[in-house]
Amino acid sequence: MLDMTSRLAVPVSARDHQEGPADAPVTLVEYGDYECPNCGQAFPIVQAIRRDMGDQLRFVFRNFPLTQIHPYAEHAAEAAEAAGAQGKFWPYHDMLFLHQDALTDSDLIGYAADLGLDVARFTRDLEDGAFAERVREDFLSGVRSGVNGTPTFFINSYRYDGSYDYDTLLAALQEAAAQATAG
Amino acid sequence: MTASTSHATSVVPAAAQTALPAGTRAPDFTLKSTGPNETTSLSQYRGQPVILAFYPADWSPVCGDELALFNEILPEFQRFNAQLLGISVDGIWSHRAYAETKNLHFPLLSDFQPKGDVGREYGVYDEQAGREKRALFVIGGDGIIRWSYVSPNNVNPGADGILKALESLQPARATKGS
Repeated sequence: MLDMTSRLAVPVSARDHQEGPADAPVTLVEYGDYECPNCGQAFPIVQAIRRDMGDQLRFVFRNFPLTQIHPYAEHAAEAAEAAGAQGKFWPYHDMLFLHQDALTDSDLIGYAADLGLDVARFTRDLEDGAFAERVREDFLSGVRSGVNGTPTFFINSYRYDGSYDYDTLLAALQEAAAQATAG
Repeated sequence: MTASTSHATSVVPAAAQTALPAGTRAPDFTLKSTGPNETTSLSQYRGQPVILAFYPADWSPVCGDELALFNEILPEFQRFNAQLLGISVDGIWSHRAYAETKNLHFPLLSDFQPKGDVGREYGVYDEQAGREKRALFVIGGDGIIRWSYVSPNNVNPGADGILKALESLQPARATKGS
Protein backbone atom coordinates (compact mmCIF):
# COMPACT_ATOMS: atom_id res chain seq x y z
CA MET A 1 0.00 0.00 0.00
CA LEU A 2 3.01 2.23 0.27
CA ASP A 3 4.32 3.30 -3.10
CA MET A 4 8.05 2.85 -2.70
CA THR A 5 8.74 4.95 -5.80
CA SER A 6 6.97 8.08 -4.56
CA ARG A 7 8.81 9.71 -1.69
CA LEU A 8 8.57 13.09 -0.06
CA ALA A 9 10.79 15.38 -2.11
CA VAL A 10 11.05 17.78 0.82
CA PRO A 11 11.61 15.99 4.14
CA VAL A 12 9.68 17.06 7.21
CA SER A 13 11.51 19.89 8.92
CA ALA A 14 11.05 22.71 11.40
CA ARG A 15 9.17 24.74 8.79
CA ASP A 16 6.30 22.24 8.87
CA HIS A 17 3.22 22.38 11.03
CA GLN A 18 3.49 19.24 13.11
CA GLU A 19 1.92 17.67 16.14
CA GLY A 20 3.35 14.75 18.06
CA PRO A 21 6.90 13.91 19.09
CA ALA A 22 9.69 14.52 16.56
CA ASP A 23 11.04 11.05 17.40
CA ALA A 24 7.71 9.26 17.01
CA PRO A 25 8.13 5.96 15.10
CA VAL A 26 5.61 7.07 12.48
CA THR A 27 5.23 10.37 10.70
CA LEU A 28 2.02 10.88 8.72
CA VAL A 29 2.12 13.76 6.24
CA GLU A 30 -1.12 14.92 4.64
CA TYR A 31 -1.27 17.12 1.56
CA GLY A 32 -4.73 18.61 1.72
CA ASP A 33 -7.16 21.26 0.55
CA TYR A 34 -9.56 22.89 3.02
CA GLU A 35 -12.37 23.04 0.47
CA CYS A 36 -11.97 19.45 -0.75
CA PRO A 37 -14.87 17.24 0.42
CA ASN A 38 -12.61 14.17 0.50
CA CYS A 39 -10.22 15.97 2.84
CA GLY A 40 -13.24 16.91 4.93
CA GLN A 41 -14.20 13.24 5.15
CA ALA A 42 -10.66 12.30 6.11
CA PHE A 43 -10.47 14.98 8.82
CA PRO A 44 -12.35 13.20 11.65
CA ILE A 45 -10.59 9.94 10.79
CA VAL A 46 -7.18 11.58 11.08
CA GLN A 47 -8.29 13.26 14.30
CA ALA A 48 -9.32 9.89 15.77
CA ILE A 49 -6.08 8.25 14.69
CA ARG A 50 -3.99 11.07 16.18
CA ARG A 51 -5.87 10.66 19.43
CA ASP A 52 -5.62 6.86 19.48
CA MET A 53 -1.97 6.56 18.46
CA GLY A 54 -0.81 9.25 20.86
CA ASP A 55 2.98 9.52 21.09
CA GLN A 56 3.42 6.86 18.45
CA LEU A 57 2.49 9.37 15.76
CA ARG A 58 3.70 12.70 14.44
CA PHE A 59 1.22 14.39 12.10
CA VAL A 60 2.18 17.00 9.51
CA PHE A 61 -0.17 19.00 7.30
CA ARG A 62 0.94 20.66 4.04
CA ASN A 63 -1.19 22.76 1.72
CA PHE A 64 -2.31 21.48 -1.65
CA PRO A 65 -5.14 23.77 -2.76
CA LEU A 66 -6.82 22.80 -6.05
CA THR A 67 -7.71 26.35 -6.97
CA GLN A 68 -9.29 25.57 -10.34
CA ILE A 69 -12.08 23.52 -8.79
CA HIS A 70 -12.13 25.06 -5.31
CA PRO A 71 -12.32 28.87 -5.45
CA TYR A 72 -11.89 29.38 -1.68
CA ALA A 73 -9.11 26.85 -1.15
CA GLU A 74 -6.15 29.16 -1.74
CA HIS A 75 -7.25 31.86 0.68
CA ALA A 76 -8.24 29.25 3.24
CA ALA A 77 -4.72 27.80 3.06
CA GLU A 78 -3.14 31.26 3.39
CA ALA A 79 -5.46 32.01 6.31
CA ALA A 80 -4.33 28.87 8.13
CA GLU A 81 -0.73 29.99 7.65
CA ALA A 82 -1.60 33.47 8.91
CA ALA A 83 -3.13 31.87 12.00
CA GLY A 84 0.02 29.75 12.29
CA ALA A 85 2.12 32.92 12.35
CA GLN A 86 0.16 33.81 15.48
CA GLY A 87 0.67 30.38 17.02
CA LYS A 88 -2.81 29.04 16.24
CA PHE A 89 -2.30 26.87 13.19
CA TRP A 90 -3.95 23.71 14.50
CA PRO A 91 -7.07 25.26 16.06
CA TYR A 92 -7.56 27.25 12.86
CA HIS A 93 -6.94 24.19 10.68
CA ASP A 94 -9.61 22.30 12.63
CA MET A 95 -11.99 25.24 12.34
CA LEU A 96 -11.68 25.23 8.55
CA PHE A 97 -12.41 21.53 8.22
CA LEU A 98 -15.40 21.90 10.51
CA HIS A 99 -16.76 24.73 8.34
CA GLN A 100 -15.92 23.67 4.80
CA ASP A 101 -19.10 25.23 3.47
CA ALA A 102 -18.23 28.71 4.79
CA LEU A 103 -14.82 29.79 3.57
CA THR A 104 -15.29 33.31 2.22
CA ASP A 105 -12.81 35.97 3.34
CA SER A 106 -15.29 37.30 5.89
CA ASP A 107 -15.78 33.78 7.24
CA LEU A 108 -12.00 33.37 7.48
CA ILE A 109 -11.66 36.62 9.39
CA GLY A 110 -14.55 35.62 11.64
CA TYR A 111 -12.76 32.39 12.62
CA ALA A 112 -9.64 34.41 13.41
CA ALA A 113 -11.73 36.54 15.77
CA ASP A 114 -13.35 33.45 17.30
CA LEU A 115 -9.90 32.07 18.13
CA GLY A 116 -8.74 35.31 19.68
CA LEU A 117 -6.18 36.19 17.01
CA ASP A 118 -4.99 39.71 16.27
CA VAL A 119 -7.64 40.31 13.62
CA ALA A 120 -6.07 43.43 12.12
CA ARG A 121 -2.79 41.65 11.56
CA PHE A 122 -4.54 38.52 10.29
CA THR A 123 -6.63 40.56 7.82
CA ARG A 124 -3.59 42.45 6.58
CA ASP A 125 -1.66 39.19 6.06
CA LEU A 126 -4.58 37.74 4.13
CA GLU A 127 -5.04 40.83 1.95
CA ASP A 128 -1.31 41.13 1.26
CA GLY A 129 -0.96 37.47 0.35
CA ALA A 130 1.76 37.31 2.98
CA PHE A 131 1.69 33.50 2.95
CA ALA A 132 0.96 32.88 -0.73
CA GLU A 133 4.58 31.94 -1.36
CA ARG A 134 4.58 29.53 1.55
CA VAL A 135 1.43 27.81 0.24
CA ARG A 136 3.02 27.62 -3.20
CA GLU A 137 6.12 25.98 -1.72
CA ASP A 138 3.95 23.33 -0.11
CA PHE A 139 2.07 22.79 -3.36
CA LEU A 140 5.23 22.40 -5.42
CA SER A 141 6.81 20.05 -2.89
CA GLY A 142 3.66 17.96 -3.21
CA VAL A 143 3.87 17.94 -6.99
CA ARG A 144 7.50 16.81 -6.77
CA SER A 145 6.61 14.10 -4.29
CA GLY A 146 3.94 12.49 -6.46
CA VAL A 147 0.83 13.87 -4.79
CA ASN A 148 -1.93 12.32 -6.89
CA GLY A 149 -5.10 13.92 -5.59
CA THR A 150 -6.41 15.31 -2.33
CA PRO A 151 -5.91 14.17 0.28
CA THR A 152 -2.61 12.40 -0.35
CA PHE A 153 -0.89 10.80 2.63
CA PHE A 154 2.75 9.89 3.11
CA ILE A 155 3.73 7.41 5.82
CA ASN A 156 7.35 7.68 6.90
CA SER A 157 7.98 9.58 3.66
CA TYR A 158 6.42 7.04 1.24
CA ARG A 159 3.16 7.74 -0.54
CA TYR A 160 0.25 5.76 0.87
CA ASP A 161 -2.13 4.58 -1.85
CA GLY A 162 -4.52 2.62 0.37
CA SER A 163 -7.92 3.58 1.65
CA TYR A 164 -8.09 6.16 4.42
CA ASP A 165 -10.96 4.69 6.38
CA TYR A 166 -10.04 4.45 10.07
CA ASP A 167 -9.21 0.73 10.23
CA THR A 168 -7.16 0.57 7.06
CA LEU A 169 -5.17 3.72 7.70
CA LEU A 170 -4.56 2.80 11.35
CA ALA A 171 -3.33 -0.66 10.34
CA ALA A 172 -0.91 0.86 7.83
CA LEU A 173 0.42 3.29 10.42
CA GLN A 174 0.80 0.57 13.05
CA GLU A 175 2.64 -1.62 10.58
CA ALA A 176 5.01 1.25 9.80
CA ALA A 177 5.50 1.83 13.54
CA ALA A 178 6.33 -1.86 14.07
CA GLN A 179 8.84 -1.78 11.22
CA ALA A 180 10.44 1.40 12.48
CA THR A 181 10.88 0.08 16.02
CA ALA A 182 12.07 -3.34 14.81
CA GLY A 183 14.59 -1.82 12.41
CA MET B 1 4.54 15.19 -41.42
CA THR B 2 0.89 15.13 -42.21
CA ALA B 3 -1.86 14.39 -39.81
CA SER B 4 -3.09 10.88 -40.40
CA THR B 5 -5.90 8.90 -38.93
CA SER B 6 -4.80 6.34 -36.43
CA HIS B 7 -5.35 3.31 -38.64
CA ALA B 8 -3.36 4.67 -41.58
CA THR B 9 0.05 3.27 -42.47
CA SER B 10 2.28 3.38 -39.47
CA VAL B 11 5.60 1.89 -38.48
CA VAL B 12 3.99 0.82 -35.23
CA PRO B 13 1.85 -2.33 -34.99
CA ALA B 14 -1.82 -1.42 -35.02
CA ALA B 15 -2.36 -2.86 -31.56
CA ALA B 16 0.74 -2.76 -29.41
CA GLN B 17 0.41 -5.07 -26.42
CA THR B 18 2.25 -2.85 -23.98
CA ALA B 19 2.70 0.88 -23.72
CA LEU B 20 5.07 2.21 -26.35
CA PRO B 21 8.43 2.71 -24.63
CA ALA B 22 10.85 5.61 -24.63
CA GLY B 23 12.73 5.91 -27.91
CA THR B 24 9.71 5.01 -30.06
CA ARG B 25 8.33 7.47 -32.57
CA ALA B 26 4.94 8.66 -31.31
CA PRO B 27 2.21 7.63 -33.78
CA ASP B 28 0.43 10.68 -35.13
CA PHE B 29 -3.32 11.01 -34.80
CA THR B 30 -6.15 13.43 -35.39
CA LEU B 31 -9.10 13.36 -33.01
CA LYS B 32 -12.11 15.50 -32.23
CA SER B 33 -11.31 17.67 -29.24
CA THR B 34 -12.44 20.43 -26.93
CA GLY B 35 -9.49 22.53 -28.12
CA PRO B 36 -9.80 25.79 -30.04
CA ASN B 37 -10.27 23.84 -33.29
CA GLU B 38 -12.67 20.98 -33.74
CA THR B 39 -9.87 18.49 -34.09
CA THR B 40 -6.43 18.14 -32.59
CA SER B 41 -3.46 16.40 -34.19
CA LEU B 42 -0.29 15.40 -32.43
CA SER B 43 1.75 16.74 -35.35
CA GLN B 44 0.54 20.30 -34.82
CA TYR B 45 2.72 20.46 -31.70
CA ARG B 46 5.96 19.57 -33.48
CA GLY B 47 8.83 21.46 -31.92
CA GLN B 48 7.43 21.46 -28.41
CA PRO B 49 7.04 18.71 -25.81
CA VAL B 50 3.63 17.04 -25.54
CA ILE B 51 2.21 15.22 -22.53
CA LEU B 52 -0.42 12.64 -23.50
CA ALA B 53 -2.63 11.63 -20.58
CA PHE B 54 -4.82 8.62 -21.41
CA TYR B 55 -7.52 8.09 -18.78
CA PRO B 56 -10.46 5.71 -18.37
CA ALA B 57 -13.44 8.06 -18.27
CA ASP B 58 -14.79 11.55 -17.71
CA TRP B 59 -16.78 12.15 -14.51
CA SER B 60 -14.50 10.41 -12.07
CA PRO B 61 -16.13 10.63 -8.63
CA VAL B 62 -12.91 11.89 -7.03
CA CYS B 63 -12.64 15.66 -6.70
CA GLY B 64 -8.88 15.88 -6.74
CA ASP B 65 -8.49 13.42 -9.57
CA GLU B 66 -5.72 13.16 -12.13
CA LEU B 67 -7.04 15.72 -14.60
CA ALA B 68 -7.91 18.27 -11.93
CA LEU B 69 -4.43 17.79 -10.54
CA PHE B 70 -2.69 18.22 -13.89
CA ASN B 71 -4.89 21.23 -14.61
CA GLU B 72 -3.60 22.78 -11.42
CA ILE B 73 -0.01 22.01 -12.39
CA LEU B 74 -0.32 23.43 -15.93
CA PRO B 75 1.89 26.45 -15.14
CA GLU B 76 4.72 24.06 -14.27
CA PHE B 77 4.28 22.20 -17.57
CA GLN B 78 4.18 25.49 -19.43
CA ARG B 79 7.59 26.41 -18.06
CA PHE B 80 8.83 23.67 -20.38
CA ASN B 81 6.59 24.94 -23.19
CA ALA B 82 4.83 21.58 -22.96
CA GLN B 83 1.28 20.96 -24.21
CA LEU B 84 -0.96 18.65 -22.18
CA LEU B 85 -3.61 16.59 -24.02
CA GLY B 86 -6.15 14.35 -22.23
CA ILE B 87 -7.49 11.35 -24.16
CA SER B 88 -10.36 8.99 -23.37
CA VAL B 89 -13.03 7.13 -25.34
CA ASP B 90 -15.74 9.52 -24.13
CA GLY B 91 -17.65 11.44 -26.79
CA ILE B 92 -16.99 15.09 -27.45
CA TRP B 93 -20.16 16.29 -25.70
CA SER B 94 -19.18 14.53 -22.52
CA HIS B 95 -15.69 16.01 -22.81
CA ARG B 96 -17.08 19.51 -23.25
CA ALA B 97 -19.35 19.30 -20.23
CA TYR B 98 -16.63 17.72 -18.15
CA ALA B 99 -13.99 20.29 -19.15
CA GLU B 100 -16.40 23.09 -18.31
CA THR B 101 -17.35 21.63 -14.94
CA LYS B 102 -13.74 21.05 -13.96
CA ASN B 103 -12.54 24.34 -15.46
CA LEU B 104 -9.91 22.48 -17.48
CA HIS B 105 -7.47 24.64 -19.46
CA PHE B 106 -6.21 21.98 -21.84
CA PRO B 107 -7.91 20.00 -24.63
CA LEU B 108 -9.66 16.69 -24.11
CA LEU B 109 -9.50 14.40 -27.13
CA SER B 110 -12.12 11.86 -28.04
CA ASP B 111 -10.78 8.42 -29.05
CA PHE B 112 -14.34 7.52 -29.85
CA GLN B 113 -14.58 6.49 -33.49
CA PRO B 114 -13.14 3.98 -34.25
CA LYS B 115 -13.27 3.46 -30.52
CA GLY B 116 -9.92 3.20 -28.77
CA ASP B 117 -7.83 3.15 -31.95
CA VAL B 118 -5.26 5.66 -30.72
CA GLY B 119 -5.07 3.95 -27.34
CA ARG B 120 -4.44 0.66 -29.17
CA GLU B 121 -1.64 2.18 -31.19
CA TYR B 122 0.01 3.41 -28.02
CA GLY B 123 -0.55 0.05 -26.32
CA VAL B 124 -2.77 1.40 -23.57
CA TYR B 125 -6.28 0.31 -24.56
CA ASP B 126 -8.03 -2.10 -22.20
CA GLU B 127 -9.98 -4.36 -24.55
CA GLN B 128 -11.96 -6.03 -21.77
CA ALA B 129 -13.10 -2.85 -20.08
CA GLY B 130 -13.52 -1.04 -23.40
CA ARG B 131 -11.62 2.04 -22.31
CA GLU B 132 -8.14 3.51 -22.08
CA LYS B 133 -5.80 2.54 -19.30
CA ARG B 134 -4.46 5.34 -17.12
CA ALA B 135 -1.21 6.06 -18.95
CA LEU B 136 1.18 8.91 -19.55
CA PHE B 137 3.53 9.70 -22.41
CA VAL B 138 6.01 12.55 -22.66
CA ILE B 139 6.90 13.21 -26.28
CA GLY B 140 9.83 15.41 -27.29
CA GLY B 141 9.59 18.22 -29.83
CA ASP B 142 11.10 15.76 -32.34
CA GLY B 143 8.09 13.44 -32.03
CA ILE B 144 9.99 10.73 -30.11
CA ILE B 145 8.49 9.28 -26.93
CA ARG B 146 10.84 10.13 -24.06
CA TRP B 147 8.95 8.54 -21.19
CA SER B 148 5.87 6.40 -20.76
CA TYR B 149 4.09 5.09 -17.73
CA VAL B 150 0.98 3.00 -17.05
CA SER B 151 -0.57 3.41 -13.61
CA PRO B 152 -1.56 0.42 -11.49
CA ASN B 153 -5.33 -0.10 -11.23
CA ASN B 154 -7.16 2.63 -9.36
CA VAL B 155 -4.06 4.64 -8.55
CA ASN B 156 -3.82 8.11 -10.01
CA PRO B 157 -0.33 9.04 -11.12
CA GLY B 158 1.22 12.17 -9.72
CA ALA B 159 3.00 14.67 -11.94
CA ASP B 160 6.51 14.02 -10.62
CA GLY B 161 7.36 11.57 -13.41
CA ILE B 162 6.17 14.00 -16.08
CA LEU B 163 8.26 16.83 -14.67
CA LYS B 164 11.35 14.64 -14.45
CA ALA B 165 10.87 13.61 -18.08
CA LEU B 166 10.41 17.22 -19.18
CA GLU B 167 13.56 18.18 -17.30
CA SER B 168 15.49 15.44 -19.06
CA LEU B 169 14.59 17.07 -22.38
CA GLN B 170 16.18 20.29 -21.19
CA PRO B 171 19.95 19.77 -20.77
CA ALA B 172 20.83 20.91 -24.29
CA ARG B 173 19.01 24.16 -23.64
CA ALA B 174 20.27 24.54 -20.08
CA THR B 175 23.93 24.25 -21.03
CA LYS B 176 23.66 26.47 -24.08
CA GLY B 177 26.31 29.17 -23.98
CA SER B 178 28.34 27.43 -21.30
